[in-house]
Amino acid sequence: MLFHLPLLLAALQTGTASTPQAGQDPTFDYMSMLFVFMLATFIGFEVIRRVSRLLHTPLMSLTNAISAIAVVGSIILAGGDHPTYINVLGLVAVVASVTNIVSGFLITDRMLKMFKKREPGRQ
Amino acid sequence: MSQSMILLVTTGHSASLYLIQFAYLVATALFIFSLKWMSDPKTARHGVFAGVGGMLLAVIGTLINPDLVNYTSIAIAVVIGTAIGVPLSWVPLTAVPQRTALSHAFGGLAAGLVGTGKYYLWLQEGPEQLTAFRMTAIAIEIILGFLTFTGSLMAAGKLQELRWIPQRPVTYRGQNLVNLLLLAVAIGCGAALVVNPTWSILFPAIIVLSLLFGILLIIPIGGADMPTVISLLNSYAGLSAVAMGFVLDNKLLITAGALDGSSGFILSVIMCRAMNRSFTNVLFGAFGQVQQSGAVTEKKTAKTETIEGAAQILEQAQLVVIIPGYGMAVAQAQRMVRELFDHLTKRGIDVKFAIHPVAGRMPGHMNVLLAEAEIPYDKLVEMDSINPEMSQADVALVIGANDVVNPAARHDKSSPIYGMPIIDADKARTCFAIKRTMNPGFAGIENELYYADKTYMLFGDAKAVVGALAKELSGGSGIH
Repeated sequence: MLFHLPLLLAALQTGTASTPQAGQDPTFDYMSMLFVFMLATFIGFEVIRRVSRLLHTPLMSLTNAISAIAVVGSIILAGGDHPTYINVLGLVAVVASVTNIVSGFLITDRMLKMFKKREPGRQ
Repeated sequence: MSQSMILLVTTGHSASLYLIQFAYLVATALFIFSLKWMSDPKTARHGVFAGVGGMLLAVIGTLINPDLVNYTSIAIAVVIGTAIGVPLSWVPLTAVPQRTALSHAFGGLAAGLVGTGKYYLWLQEGPEQLTAFRMTAIAIEIILGFLTFTGSLMAAGKLQELRWIPQRPVTYRGQNLVNLLLLAVAIGCGAALVVNPTWSILFPAIIVLSLLFGILLIIPIGGADMPTVISLLNSYAGLSAVAMGFVLDNKLLITAGALDGSSGFILSVIMCRAMNRSFTNVLFGAFGQVQQSGAVTEKKTAKTETIEGAAQILEQAQLVVIIPGYGMAVAQAQRMVRELFDHLTKRGIDVKFAIHPVAGRMPGHMNVLLAEAEIPYDKLVEMDSINPEMSQADVALVIGANDVVNPAARHDKSSPIYGMPIIDADKARTCFAIKRTMNPGFAGIENELYYADKTYMLFGDAKAVVGALAKELSGGSGIH
C-alpha cells in the first residue's frame, strides 16, 4: 500500500498540476469568465468616472498596484512542479509584479497624504 | 484503503480550492471599494488600505494552492521585488510620470512572461491542452504584455530624458504603415497558432514583433502627448492582466485587470478630449509634422515687465489665477509658488490655480506637485470651472504653461491646436507669463497670448522669477 502511495500522488499531481482541464473543474467556464469581464469593465467605468480629477495621478498608481494582481498568475507558474525554465519565467514575473505592488501602494499613499485642505492653525 | 486515500486527498484539495476562490472573491470586493474611495480626497487613503488588504488576501489565497512546491524561490523573488519597489516609491514627485511608465512596463512584462510560460508548459503536456480559447487568450496576453513592456520603457526613457532615446518625435515616411503591418503580422501569427498550436516557431516571432511594435509605437510620440500615451499603456497593462485571467481561468485576475483597463481607458479619453484629438490622431499623427506650419509667423514683439512692476499689479489684485504647466515642474518651482500663494493670501487676495487636464506629463500631474507644496486642494480648480471666472480675474499668472493657454486654439483654424479647449488666460485683466526664452513650446507653435495687449512677459527661470515675486511681496507691504 505504501508502495502505491507515491504513484497515487503522482497521478493526482498530473491531473491537477496545472490549471484543471476543461470539464474536470466545475468552475471552469468560458462564458462565465466573459460575463465577469464585461461586468467588471462596467463597474470600472462607473467607479472611475466618479474619481476626483485632483487624484488622477494617485489613481493611476493605485490601479497600477491593483493590476499587479498578475502576481497570482506569476506565483502559480513560479511555484508549480514544472520544468525549471518555466519556473524561472514565473519568478521573473513575480519580481516584476511585487515591485509594482510595493512601489504602487507606497507611492499612492505618499501622494494622498499630501492632499489637504487649508489647516485652520496655519498661516 | 487506497481509494479512501484518494478521496481524502481530493476532498482536501477541492476544499482548499473553494477557500482560495473565496479569498479571491473578498479581494475583488476590496479592490472595488479601493477605487470607489478614490472619489474623494477625504476617503482616498482608505482606498489604499483596502487595496493592500485585497492584495494580501489574493497572495495568501494563492500561496495555499496545493499545487505549489517551490516556496523558497518565490520568497526570494518577493524579497527582490520589495527591494526594488521600496526605493521606486521614494522618487521625487516630478519623476512620478517616469515611475508610472516603468511600472506599466513591469506589468506588461509579467503578463508576457506568464503567457509564454503557460504556452510552453501546455505544449509540453500535450497540445490538446491548448484549446482555441486558451490559445487566443495567450496570444492576446503576450502581444499586449510585450508591446506594453517596450512601449512603456520607451515612454519612461523619454520622460526621464535619457540621452540615447530621442526626445523629439521621430517620424519617417510610411511609419504608420510599417507599424500597422508589424502588428498585423503578430496578430496573424497568433491566429495561426490558434489553428495549430504546435507551430511553435511562430511563438517567439510574436514576442519579437510585439516588442518591436511597442518601441516603434512610442518613437513618434512627443512629450505633450505623454498624458494620453501613459493612460493608454495603463489600459493595455490592465487588459494584459485580463488576458492572463482568461488563460489561467482566474476571475480575480479578470476583475482586477478590467478595473485597471477601464481606468486607463477613461483617463485616455479625458486626455484626448482635453486636446481635442482622437486616439488614432495621438498614436498615428505625430506632432512632429506640425513644426513647419508654426514657423511662418511675422515678427511680433512681446512686452516685458519687471519683477517690481508685476508685484505692484499683483498687490492690487483681488483675484489672481495661477496657471501652472510642465515648465513649473522642470524648474522645481512648486515651493516658491506656494510662498507666493501665501503672501498673496495674507493680503486678502483670492488665489486660485487653474489646472488644465493635460498640463504636465501625466493625468493629474500638476495637482500632485501643488499638493506636495502644501497648497490646499480646494484652491485647485479644473479648467471648465475656472474659465467662466477668468474675465473677473485681475491677474492671470502663467507659470511654465504654453499650449494650454494659446488663444489660437479658439479661432485660428490653421493652428495645429485649433479646437483644443484652453484656459482663457487672455480674458484676465492682466496676464503675466513666466518663460525662459521666447522659444515656442513643445509643439513648436507660436503662442499668441504672449503678443496680446494685456500680456507682459517675465523672462527667467520659473523658480527664480516666482521667488523674486514672493520676496517682493513679502517685504515692503506694510509701508504703502
